Amino acid sequence: MRVEALVKRRKYSLIFFSILLVFTLASIIVTDFDVTKGFTCIPKAIVWSTKNFYPNADSLEKIPKILTKLKETVFLSVASTTVAAAFATFFALFGSHTTRINGFLSILIRGIASLFRNIPVVAWAMILLFSFGQSSLTGYFALFFVTLGFLTRAFMETIDETSKESVEALKAAGASYFQIIFQAVIPSSLPQMISWMLFMIETNIRSATLVGILTGTGIGFIFNLYYKSFQYNAASLVVVFIVITVFAIEFISNYVRRVIL
Amino acid sequence: MNLLEIKNLTKQYGAETLALSDVNFSVKEGEFISVIGPSGAGKSTLLRCINRMIDATSGEVIFDGVNVYDLDKKELRKLRTKIGMIFQHYNLVNRLTVIENVLHGRLGYKSTLAGILGRYSEEEKRQAFEIIEILGLSHQVYKRCDQLSGGQKQRVGIARALIQNPKMLLCDEPIASLDPNVSKVIMDHLKNISTKLGITCLVNLHQVDVAMNYSDRIIGINNGKVVYNGPPNLTPEQIYMIYGSEAGELIMDLGGKNAS
Repeated sequence: MRVEALVKRRKYSLIFFSILLVFTLASIIVTDFDVTKGFTCIPKAIVWSTKNFYPNADSLEKIPKILTKLKETVFLSVASTTVAAAFATFFALFGSHTTRINGFLSILIRGIASLFRNIPVVAWAMILLFSFGQSSLTGYFALFFVTLGFLTRAFMETIDETSKESVEALKAAGASYFQIIFQAVIPSSLPQMISWMLFMIETNIRSATLVGILTGTGIGFIFNLYYKSFQYNAASLVVVFIVITVFAIEFISNYVRRVIL
Repeated sequence: MNLLEIKNLTKQYGAETLALSDVNFSVKEGEFISVIGPSGAGKSTLLRCINRMIDATSGEVIFDGVNVYDLDKKELRKLRTKIGMIFQHYNLVNRLTVIENVLHGRLGYKSTLAGILGRYSEEEKRQAFEIIEILGLSHQVYKRCDQLSGGQKQRVGIARALIQNPKMLLCDEPIASLDPNVSKVIMDHLKNISTKLGITCLVNLHQVDVAMNYSDRIIGINNGKVVYNGPPNLTPEQIYMIYGSEAGELIMDLGGKNAS
């Protein structure tokens, strides 16, 4: 019996990998992708980068301009994440199994959250471009919607995971809804909620860079500008700053996490 | 005088599952009653139908002369302050201190705003310290609950229930997650509460020997029905009947009972 199950499982994985192989080959043929050329290009790309893609003395003059744009991007992601977190807290309270007040409302919120979360941030930016044009508002709302969807889901799970039992106890003691929220739900889930928010700020700084290329704002825009005007040295400096920022933010949020958890 | 009367209590989940069917019994003031029966027999459901943490499908629960199922939301809150509840997993807010958790027992008496802000009167705090002292937790008052052992957490749970000034305690398997030594401490506290403070205790238990040692009366439940309601000195035949198993199929140690 067990041997049979094992053989069956092996057969399934064989079928799975054959299908995967067929798909890979088909996509190579359809897209005219030359595999050997693709890989042999890599050394050439590295050579090109070392020749052109590094910050030089001239590009250092651009630092103030880059920093202004970088600040814009960082603030944009922090602002969209924190505001989204505030909304997500309310949504999560009414959506979670433990603290919901109405079953229908809970399902509605779960549905909206899942929709918001599953539309990629770049798609949001494209949709919003119609309404807000190429402005930072477009980027702000694109990040806001995705973050709202993600944090609502994360907060709901945090609430259900950390406070289900204490909510039951306080309810049995005769506590009212808002007393339970403030005395049991928030104390037990706040640290994890902050941790999720920090994670989202990190993610959003990365996404904001990409969205910036689309919306013509922030650090993404200035990278695109330098790159398209063949100022590769300045563009590389922008990349350096992005990497430093991402590391710095991660360091800060790890530190905060250690302190609160 | 009967503090609690349960009449024709039935709870149905979905179309098929009958968790409780036509349960009838009454509890006198100050009595210590154990409810025993196999897992999934409906013990937890029974306890939760009394304070309406779960709403029964039909039947009546008369507590202190009032039918619990006639109450509106506000009256139910008031009623729940009179019934303390103790849980298998303690159900504390682990990130808060012992004293904060104990004071949570007063929330049912407070206005919403005072409760939200966690503002308690001097009298309430004094009472909290007194109860904590009785339960031997004086050294842990300002410790966070996630730093306590299982037995200490359960004593915090008992303190939180006691500060409600309850007439009755509902204990849902209070010792199921504890070792035998700690279990004895907890059961002794519950017994003391019943005899010294005159608070009625209704305790769900898995340990037949503990039930026989501590209770004034035992109620046996199997498959949602009361199959035994009587004195705590059960014969092996009665135990097998409650658990619905053949003789010799249960792990049981009744030696302690006979020796004491």
